[in-house]
Amino acid sequence: MAHGPAKGLTRWLYTTNHKDIGSMYLWFSFAMFLLGGVFALVIRAELFEPGLQIVEPELFNQMTTMHGLIMVFGAVMPAFVGLANWMIPMMIGAPDMALPRMNNWSFWILPFAFAMLTGTLFMDGGAPNFGWTFYAPLSTTYAPPSVTFFIFAVHIMGASSIMGSINIIATIINLRAPGMTYMKMPLFVWTWLITAYLLIAVMPVLAGVVTMMLFDIHFGTSFFDAAGGGDPVLFQHVFWFFGHPEVYIMILPAFGIVSAIIPTFARKPLFGYSSMVYATSSIAFLSFVVWAHHMFTVGMPLAGELAFMYMTMLIAVPTGVKVFNWIATMFRGSMTFETPMLFSVAFVILFSIGGFSGLMLAIAPADFQYHDTYFVVAHFHYVLVPGAIFSITAGVYYWLPKWCGNMYNETMGKTHFWLAFIGLNLTFFPMHFAGLAGMPRRIPDYNMMFADWNMLSSIGAFLFAGAQILFLYNVIATIRSNNKATAEVWENPEGLEWTVPSPAPYHTFSKPPKLS
Amino acid sequence: MLNRARSLFCPLLVAVCSTAISMQSSAEEEVERWGLNMTEGVTATSRNIYGLHMDILIWCCVIGVVVFGVMFYSMIMHRKSRGAKADNFHESTTLEIIWTVIPFAILIIMAFPATTTLKEIYDTDEADMDIVITGYQWKWKYEYLGQDVSFFSLLTTPSSEIKNETAKNPNYLLEVDEPLVIPINKKIRFLITANDVIHSWWVPALAVKKDAIPGFMNSSWTRVDVPGIYRGQCAELCGKDHGFMPIVVKAVPQAEYDEWITKRRESAAKLKAMANQTFTFDELYTKGEQVYNTACVACHQPGGVGIPPTFPAIKGSLVATGPIEGHLNMVINGSSKNPAMAAFGEQLSEVDLAAVVTYQRNAFGNNMGDSVQPIDVLKAKQ
Repeated sequence: MAHGPAKGLTRWLYTTNHKDIGSMYLWFSFAMFLLGGVFALVIRAELFEPGLQIVEPELFNQMTTMHGLIMVFGAVMPAFVGLANWMIPMMIGAPDMALPRMNNWSFWILPFAFAMLTGTLFMDGGAPNFGWTFYAPLSTTYAPPSVTFFIFAVHIMGASSIMGSINIIATIINLRAPGMTYMKMPLFVWTWLITAYLLIAVMPVLAGVVTMMLFDIHFGTSFFDAAGGGDPVLFQHVFWFFGHPEVYIMILPAFGIVSAIIPTFARKPLFGYSSMVYATSSIAFLSFVVWAHHMFTVGMPLAGELAFMYMTMLIAVPTGVKVFNWIATMFRGSMTFETPMLFSVAFVILFSIGGFSGLMLAIAPADFQYHDTYFVVAHFHYVLVPGAIFSITAGVYYWLPKWCGNMYNETMGKTHFWLAFIGLNLTFFPMHFAGLAGMPRRIPDYNMMFADWNMLSSIGAFLFAGAQILFLYNVIATIRSNNKATAEVWENPEGLEWTVPSPAPYHTFSKPPKLS
Repeated sequence: MLNRARSLFCPLLVAVCSTAISMQSSAEEEVERWGLNMTEGVTATSRNIYGLHMDILIWCCVIGVVVFGVMFYSMIMHRKSRGAKADNFHESTTLEIIWTVIPFAILIIMAFPATTTLKEIYDTDEADMDIVITGYQWKWKYEYLGQDVSFFSLLTTPSSEIKNETAKNPNYLLEVDEPLVIPINKKIRFLITANDVIHSWWVPALAVKKDAIPGFMNSSWTRVDVPGIYRGQCAELCGKDHGFMPIVVKAVPQAEYDEWITKRRESAAKLKAMANQTFTFDELYTKGEQVYNTACVACHQPGGVGIPPTFPAIKGSLVATGPIEGHLNMVINGSSKNPAMAAFGEQLSEVDLAAVVTYQRNAFGNNMGDSVQPIDVLKAKQ
């Protein structure tokens, strides 16, 4: 503790401290969460009732595209990296990340990537308007000029993710305190280790596919153009080879967070630790062999269709194991329901509902009716919002007292939870019905038969957004308050992070801790 | 067992709020609102798919009730505030095996009917007739193979309804000028492709959804057993007016279909003959205005102002006020620089092409004073 942080702006620009970088990642992701949220509100405002009221179809398509890209790459992924930065060194008894300078670099290129991506909104021809899945040739031959900036931004985000993952893997493999064997690591560390490998495996694939787009657009190749001997469906295969592991990248760390929180508030050790590790690994492995279930309607041969259907159905097994383990952890515990626990319990329930609709989507013949409808929108928002967003929120409430040394306002936290919970279900549950009734996704206007569900969704969306403002206020108020937290914060929580004082000193575990 | 569960469960689910929506309401009917469930549809395939959907939904509900039941029991009974003391058990290989094996067994039970249905969907052999469906930005083209009949199908909802200036009719955004007419009880094979970007042809009541991919031909099939009008929409994001390219299928008895296809063939022949006629300026201008408002207005906008830079203005443009040859070339062959400007040579008749070019050269204050005859279009095409 010889020296603390530098003063002023340079502290943040030059910092190699995992806690500073973790905080920057978290604040950045929250800013992106609000920005992506504003885009979502534009979409929901336009869809409040039939007819075109607020935006023209061109801008509507830009909003759906930017909402998806910003939320996936700007809000969810950096938030998990931020949590990893803060918590992994403290959880394994390491003094910092293994590669601190690269850590700084992997964060600081992100604001530039997103400034460039957001900047496309002001360009001639508008922002990318081809959906976050950017299927060719809509995203190549028929794309607005800003697509080149989008490609460059994706390259930078990919580089940041790859550097972040290398750092996390190097830290976990090399910097564990003596006695911290792999099977003693907290599950958050385990799930992040697996996530980091997924990222290293698939981010280059994403970089490859956008580079192929770049060549098609500017250098006369025809990877995705049938007229030149290419194939538009090739794009989808390559994209989803990245895209499916990517959705697990956004959920595996969430499993880790929830596996830390539920035992604390059930006052009972996590049930089936080793089966959790194996289930996570199985999910990660399966994520590489199911990508074409996003493409059941492209006209694959029957054998391919069947193989991808069976593989996809199989994912339900390890996912089910995780849910059952969490419930077994709660069973015969001594539970209290502070804000982190509320968000975690909601995670288990709502993520399961998203899992159920996922199982329905896996049935290929039924998928012909579900595909590209609001049923799919409901499905992936049920796994991503209560999955990723709720778990991140739970993690923030759980560890915030450790980060800033102050206890948050429990009443405000619970109010935030209930508003978000009601808002989320009001927004996304009706989408199941709209989709089954036949409403395609990504349309700016619709027939009156979808009007009622859409109106409910729009009301829910604004409620959910309001809840996040309360969250922001609560976090800022906590940081500035004087309501000191103890080192343990909660009742007998497990983990090395609770053995250091609150707030955690600028440098922790300069000497490795002794593990009992 | 599942069938019985379905027959018990399904009416319950449906009766709760309203009946299942089907997109087959005719113009006189009121719009069915609060639609809850997938349509059962009007084909054997669509009914099989509906059955699969209900089966898996019931399985999910049953699992949900059991799992969430245990969870809520625990959350109510095992609270600290009730004085619950925490147990310490945290491992059981038996339990882990049980809750791995049971879901696996359920999946196998579901996999069998799913496989059978999928095989049926993929069996496109021995069709009674073929229809080539081509997706364009933002309309559908239907070509009856070997029948000399082919036409485009465009949205007819007036822009005043979209802009909320007039009341919306029940088929708002689900109505077209020329529906796809098919005979009932015949196996009809669809050969599906696209001209520009990827589209997806979807009619829920037929349970047919297949991507239309430029440069590739997909196939699917249907056999409708109930006459009626069935509505659907493009299901793959295809650009600006993705939400405005509906599909309407009219299934009619064979005799009615035969009558229709004969008439359609005759009018096609008549249209071809018209290419040799000469028209007055006013005839061309009036016709051209109609063509503009169906074929061009989506991009070039009312008043020809466009949405630059992707969709340039026609008002005062260099093409529309330049030499006729260049203008014709642009409309017939499309733009070599901007793929958004499609080639209309095959999409419109010679008369329509002549009319619309005449209109564009004289409307919006372009006032070129010249006109184009169908014969000029024929020459330009050669």
